[in-house]
Amino acid sequence: MSPVIVDARRLLCPMPVIRVQNRVKELPPGTRVEAICTDPGALSDIPAWCRINGHKLIETRTEGNEYIIVVEVGEES
Amino acid sequence: MTRQRKAVALISGGLDSLLAAKVIQQQGIHVEGINFFTGFCVEGHTHAIRQKDRSRVKRNNALWVAEQLGIKLHIVDIVEEYKDIVLNPKHGYGANLNPCLDCKIFMVKKAHEWIAEHGFDFIITGEVVGQRPMSQRKDTMPVVARESGAEDRLVRPLSGRNLPATLPEREGWISRDQLYGFNGRSRKPQMALAEQFGLEDYAQPAGGCCFLTDAQYAVKLADLWQARGEKQYEMDDIMLLKVGRHLRPRPHFKVIISREEGEGNFLQGYRKQYVSLLTTSHAGPLALLDGSVDADDIALAARLVARFSQGKQAERVELTVTALDGSQQQLSVKPLTAEEIPQEWYI
Ligand code: SF4
Repeated sequence: MSPVIVDARRLLCPMPVIRVQNRVKELPPGTRVEAICTDPGALSDIPAWCRINGHKLIETRTEGNEYIIVVEVGEES
Repeated sequence: MTRQRKAVALISGGLDSLLAAKVIQQQGIHVEGINFFTGFCVEGHTHAIRQKDRSRVKRNNALWVAEQLGIKLHIVDIVEEYKDIVLNPKHGYGANLNPCLDCKIFMVKKAHEWIAEHGFDFIITGEVVGQRPMSQRKDTMPVVARESGAEDRLVRPLSGRNLPATLPEREGWISRDQLYGFNGRSRKPQMALAEQFGLEDYAQPAGGCCFLTDAQYAVKLADLWQARGEKQYEMDDIMLLKVGRHLRPRPHFKVIISREEGEGNFLQGYRKQYVSLLTTSHAGPLALLDGSVDADDIALAARLVARFSQGKQAERVELTVTALDGSQQQLSVKPLTAEEIPQEWYI
């Protein structure tokens, strides 16, 4: 299944985290969410948010000026 | 069996809210954190924008605090609703444009709504009697409890012994004896408690938790309201106030000039919303014009921007002007001299 995309480009932290959080709330466990960000802060904030709230960080990668963070929705959110 | 009691802690990212949550956690209460994003939070933004700051390890302090405590953190976007607090604070402003008392009341009110929705029992804040001149005074702390509607479900563990007993104390969910009686502006008791808890590396923001306490920022915001003839702002406005040099050569427009590459890149993102100027004959900043401008205004702005380019001593500097519809025009101007830029233009 292709991941749910959250476009957080041009948003500064903590907005990308908020966008991911609000999207994740509506999704069933196991769903993957791919956040596309331009604020490099998202590379540390979204993984921290995952650790705290029980979601799984699948990968982070940099593509040019964009940072992609893939998250899997945890059991109880 | 008695029910597991639950509390939500207002987490700003600073030390006090961290300690307050910890004190209650240690009493066996299930604690989760809530953090409000107003748009003015000091977190991240400027660091994310300025190139020179990018190499520094940066973190979101509210997330960091939650991780230290091992609690969940709910971040709530209150940007839209918060405007009314900034624009019309019933209790007025503090030293700058910080509506601290209204802000606290609003946040506790939101937390109170949140606990009702989520089946939590009470609210924790890191407030300390006498710590802050406006919102954390002996006479204003009860105002926060009352006007937020939280009443005796609002617990301030760091100053609890100086305040009337709250519902969780009366019901025996928490013990008053294990609360603290901090009082006044000193930070020493908090630092000692942090040490006792083995906490290091916590954030200690100077002044307040948001840009509204920053004198320079407040001047820029007040200037914006005055120029527009009304108190009003959008998210883009408040973001742009954190970036670049702001100069107002004429009452009806101002020029935002990037100071370095990171800011230039950030301003690039606004080129569809503002007329922009970029020097082409010499290395130089990207500038945005805020206000409705005519050809004379653009020419003046171009001379000003040229002054901040490498060509400031040159006879002529060339620039590209990009209009709102994307159409471009080349200009060749003589840079203003330092004497031609009055100090009053700087906001
Ligand atoms: S400093 Fe800013 S965020 Fe903190 S209480 Fe005052 S107005 Fe609210």
